[in-house]
Amino acid sequence: MHGQLSKKALWTVAAIVVGVYALVPFVWIISLSLKRPGDLTDGRFIPRSITWDNYSNIFDQNVFTSALRNSIGIAAISTIIAVLLATTTAYAIARLDFPGKRFVLGAALAIAIFPQISIISPLFDIWRRIGLYDTWPGLIIPYLTFTLPLSIWLLSAYFRQIPWELEQAAEVDGATPFQAFRRVIVPLAAPGMFTAAILAFIFAWNDFLFAISLTSTDRARTVPAAIAFFQGASQFQQPTGQIAAAAVVVTVPVVIAVLIFQKRIVSGLTSGAVKG
Amino acid sequence: MTQVEERPPPQVPPPPERPVYTRRRGVSDRARSERRLGWLLCAPAAIVMLAVAGYPIAYAIYLSLQRSDLRFPNAQKFVGFDNYVSVLTASRWWTDLQTTVVITVIAVAFEFVIGMGLALVMHRALVGRGLVRTTILVPYAIITVVAALAWQFAFTPGTGFVNEWLGTDRAWLTERGTSLFVIIATEVWKTTPFMALLLLAGLALVPDNLVQAAKVDGATAFQAFRKVTLPLMKGAILVALLFRTLDSFRIFDTIFIQTQGANDTESVSILGYNQLLNRLNLGIGSAISVLIFICVIIIAVIFVRVFGANLAQQRGDA
Repeated sequence: MHGQLSKKALWTVAAIVVGVYALVPFVWIISLSLKRPGDLTDGRFIPRSITWDNYSNIFDQNVFTSALRNSIGIAAISTIIAVLLATTTAYAIARLDFPGKRFVLGAALAIAIFPQISIISPLFDIWRRIGLYDTWPGLIIPYLTFTLPLSIWLLSAYFRQIPWELEQAAEVDGATPFQAFRRVIVPLAAPGMFTAAILAFIFAWNDFLFAISLTSTDRARTVPAAIAFFQGASQFQQPTGQIAAAAVVVTVPVVIAVLIFQKRIVSGLTSGAVKG
Repeated sequence: MTQVEERPPPQVPPPPERPVYTRRRGVSDRARSERRLGWLLCAPAAIVMLAVAGYPIAYAIYLSLQRSDLRFPNAQKFVGFDNYVSVLTASRWWTDLQTTVVITVIAVAFEFVIGMGLALVMHRALVGRGLVRTTILVPYAIITVVAALAWQFAFTPGTGFVNEWLGTDRAWLTERGTSLFVIIATEVWKTTPFMALLLLAGLALVPDNLVQAAKVDGATAFQAFRKVTLPLMKGAILVALLFRTLDSFRIFDTIFIQTQGANDTESVSILGYNQLLNRLNLGIGSAISVLIFICVIIIAVIFVRVFGANLAQQRGDA
């Protein structure tokens, strides 16, 4: 009885340590974003008093609002293209027997792990020549180098677990092939596609290297790049509070989405990597 | 003790054999149409991957053999391996490679240890398991640039709480050792959850009764973990370490934000970026890119050889 209790205490402590570990930097950046300019250098973890000025300030600035628009648009389009292309590929890999499917998976894996810096120089050169530098497609295309392999791996792992016989069963029961597809297969496949989409979107949302290398203005600069260069805007006064506010604005929606869909994300992150 | 060691590995049934009749009897019509459909469905993704990754890599190799400097656009010409010689004979490349390796090794080592701890807490915790699983995803969800800024501000004298808490007034990001510490801490914080999730998935595959049996046979919890659980998790561990090592080796965002490579904290990716976009030297920059690519391949090969596990088998279509 006593042992059980101390064990429980031990696990509680462990859980609290994990919580502190995970949350301190996140709470810190929120705290910074709420501090008044005069309190920014007081070194306190929790703000003395709270102001929302930093938030209203950044939404008044075109640098930030256009970056937000670019980030959402570019990440979303790159995600949609990747998931659609990956769905047909993963379906073929999971259900059909044809030579070369291992090659497709291998190529996807190779592309997923290669260093992005390797293709910066050719893209920089080609994009300037054909006019894609500093445009949305100029980022959407390189983002496919990670959104697409990720989606292919995840969806082919996912589709392997789908009981495809249900489709035939439905047809035996009198459904047309299209009905069987729409009523049976789509509902089974949709969660996997959704998971792939969330993860691909997070990856695209997170990108920094392509964003600073292949853009130069508000036209296509995404939030991570905008935040980084926002920092260098004034040499004499660091707009720390505003940077923190911008950081919170781009982080909180993703954090909320990840927490809502945590089960899917955990299974998505691990299914492709461990069980294959 | 020894009984634990002698316990035979769990029997894994061999994968069912593929139907071979189609090949023996020649390709039937059905198999042929299945093949065609398979290729057709894969084609768009394959073409896109080839176009967005294959072609640029080939072009990078081509550029790396040229003198190509955007400040002198008309002086482009084939120079063979001159760019590689320039890079490899410069001490800068070797310093940066060393920095990158140091960051990678230390970061991945800490991620593995902490990640395993987190995985065990998530796997075994009696209390608050769901809460732990939820909060651990927060670092994962934060974009790297934001994580880098949060840690940078935390360590900035005056602004940050770290000096306040420690009672010091150290300028952390102005010398090499402490800068590397902050960079590595940021990396570890941000990516350990990913490592933990991969390890957790591996833990879940270890049959509970084997661990129980080891304990019945007299093994302590630690012995059971080391002799039963760890060997059975080998595949998951290999994948987690390989992924994180390759990812960490291309570290860019955190360093760019926190130090911009000052005080010898430059990674090879930062070096390549500077050559390309600040000096506009496409030839040298591409040579660096190709060298980084080769390093990544070497790391992957070492992993697969040394750890003896076959990734393809590990991930094969089961």
